[in-house]
Amino acid sequence: MLGVKFKEILDSLFLKELVSGMAITLRYMFKPKITIQYPEERTPTSPRFRGVHVLRKYEDGEERCVACKLCEAICPAQAIYIEIDETSRAEKRLTKVYDIDLFKCIYCGLCEEACPVEAIVMGPYLDVAFENREDRFYHKDKMLTNGDKWKPVVDARLQADAKYR
Amino acid sequence: MTEFLQPIHAFGNDTFGVLWPVVWNLACIMIVVGPMLGAVAYLTYVERRVIAFMHVRVGPNRVGPIGLLQPIADAVKLMFKETLIPIHSRPMIFLIGPILTMGPALLAWAVIPFQPEMVIADLNIGVLYVLAISSIGAYGVLMGGWASNTRYSLLGGIRSSAQMISYEVSMGFTIIPVVMLSGSLNLSTIVEAQKNMWFVIPLFPMFVVYFISVVAETNRAPFDLPEAESELVSGFMTEYSALTYGMFFLGEYANMILVSALGSVLFLGGWLPPIAALDFIPGILWLAIKMSFLLFVFLWIRATFPRYRYDQLMRLGWKVFLPLSLFWIFVTGSAIHLLNLL
Repeated sequence: MLGVKFKEILDSLFLKELVSGMAITLRYMFKPKITIQYPEERTPTSPRFRGVHVLRKYEDGEERCVACKLCEAICPAQAIYIEIDETSRAEKRLTKVYDIDLFKCIYCGLCEEACPVEAIVMGPYLDVAFENREDRFYHKDKMLTNGDKWKPVVDARLQADAKYR
Repeated sequence: MTEFLQPIHAFGNDTFGVLWPVVWNLACIMIVVGPMLGAVAYLTYVERRVIAFMHVRVGPNRVGPIGLLQPIADAVKLMFKETLIPIHSRPMIFLIGPILTMGPALLAWAVIPFQPEMVIADLNIGVLYVLAISSIGAYGVLMGGWASNTRYSLLGGIRSSAQMISYEVSMGFTIIPVVMLSGSLNLSTIVEAQKNMWFVIPLFPMFVVYFISVVAETNRAPFDLPEAESELVSGFMTEYSALTYGMFFLGEYANMILVSALGSVLFLGGWLPPIAALDFIPGILWLAIKMSFLLFVFLWIRATFPRYRYDQLMRLGWKVFLPLSLFWIFVTGSAIHLLNLL
C-alpha cells in the first residue's frame, strides 16, 4: 500500500506520464501523413457517386434524349428546364434547351432514375466552382461535351451498377 | 570582435561626430529587432507545420515552396483588415494594450548576450531588468480587457493577468538558484559561470519548473486560458481585430522566443558549446540551436497536452511550483555553504 503510494509520488514528481505522452506525439511526427491534397489527389469514389450531370449519346453520335420531360417532372428541386425543338423530326423529338441550375440541384439522382433511355446520368466529378453566377447553368452542349469526355468512366459506372437496377 | 568593430567606430566618429553613440545604438537595436520580427513571423509557420506533423497532417503548404510564404500572406491579410474600436471603449487604452504586450517582449532583448561582447546593453542587473520588463506584459492584457468595455473581456483580462503574475513569481524564484551559483545578475557573467558545467545539470528540477512557468506566463497551451474560446469567448481579446489582434499574437510569439533565449542563457550555457572541442562554431549559432530546441519543446507541448482548468492552473502555480522552487533555493544555498562553492 505504501509502496504504491510512493510509486505514484515518484511518477508525478518525474512527470512520467507527461514524458510518455510527449514521446507518442514525437513518434507520430515522423509517420507518413494521411492528408489528401484535394485538387491534385482524390479519394476513390463509388460507382454510385453522384457528381455533375452528363448527357449521353448513342454509339453513332445521335443524342439519346427524346425530350420526354420525365426528368423535369420528377426533379424535386425543379432545377431542370427543357424546351422541345419544334423543328426536330416527328419520329424523334430533340431538346432545344436543356438547362440544369446547379444551385438548385440537390444531386438526388432522380432524373437519372426517371430517364427511359439513360440519356441523363450523374457524372464522376463534383468540381463545381464558378467565377460568375451565370456559370451555374449547365447547358445542353456543355453536358454533351462532358458526356463525351467522361464516357469511359460513365459507362463503367453504369455497367457496375446495372445488376442492382 | 573588438578588432572588427574598431574601423566601424572610427568611420562613424568621423561622419556623425558626437551623435555617433546614438546612431550606433539605433543600428544595434535594428540589427536585433529586425531578425526578431522575422523569427516571430516564421515561428507561426513552424508552429503550424510542427503541430500538423504531430497530428499526421501536412499543415500550410500552398503559399510558396512548402508554404514558406504563408507568414507573409497572413501578415498582408491582417494588415488590410479593418481595426474595429468598440463604441464605448477607451480608444487610447484600447490601443495601448497590444503595444504593451508587444513592446516589453522586444525591450528585454537589450540585455540578452548573443556571444561574448555581443550585447546591446551589458547591464550588471540584467536579470532584474528582464524580470521587470517582462512583468509589464500583464498590464497590456489587463488594459486590453478593461478598455474593451465588455464583461467577458474584463473577466478574461483579470484572469489572464492573475495567471501571468502567479507564474512570474515562480519563474523569478527559479532564477534565484542560478544567480546564487553564478554570484552575478549580469547575464554575460552567468553564461561565463557555466564554463565547466551548465546549470541545467545541478538545477534540473528548477529548469523544468522554469520551463513550465514560462509556458504558463506566455499563455501557451496547455496554459492558454486567456484564449478561453469556450467559456469567455476568447477572453481579453474578444473585441480586438486586425492589427491590434495581430499585435497580441506577435507579443505572445516574441515572448516565447525571449523566454527561450533567457532559458538558454540561464540554464543551457548560452553561447557555450556542450564540449570545448566544438568551439570553432560561433557562439551565436549555439545560442540559436538551444533556443530552437526550447521553442520546439513549446510547440511539442502544445501538440500533446489538453488545456488546464483555471483552478488547477492556479493550484499548480502557488501550491506546487512556489514551494518546490523555495525548497530548491534552500538546497542550493546549503550545497553552496557545505561545499564552499563560492
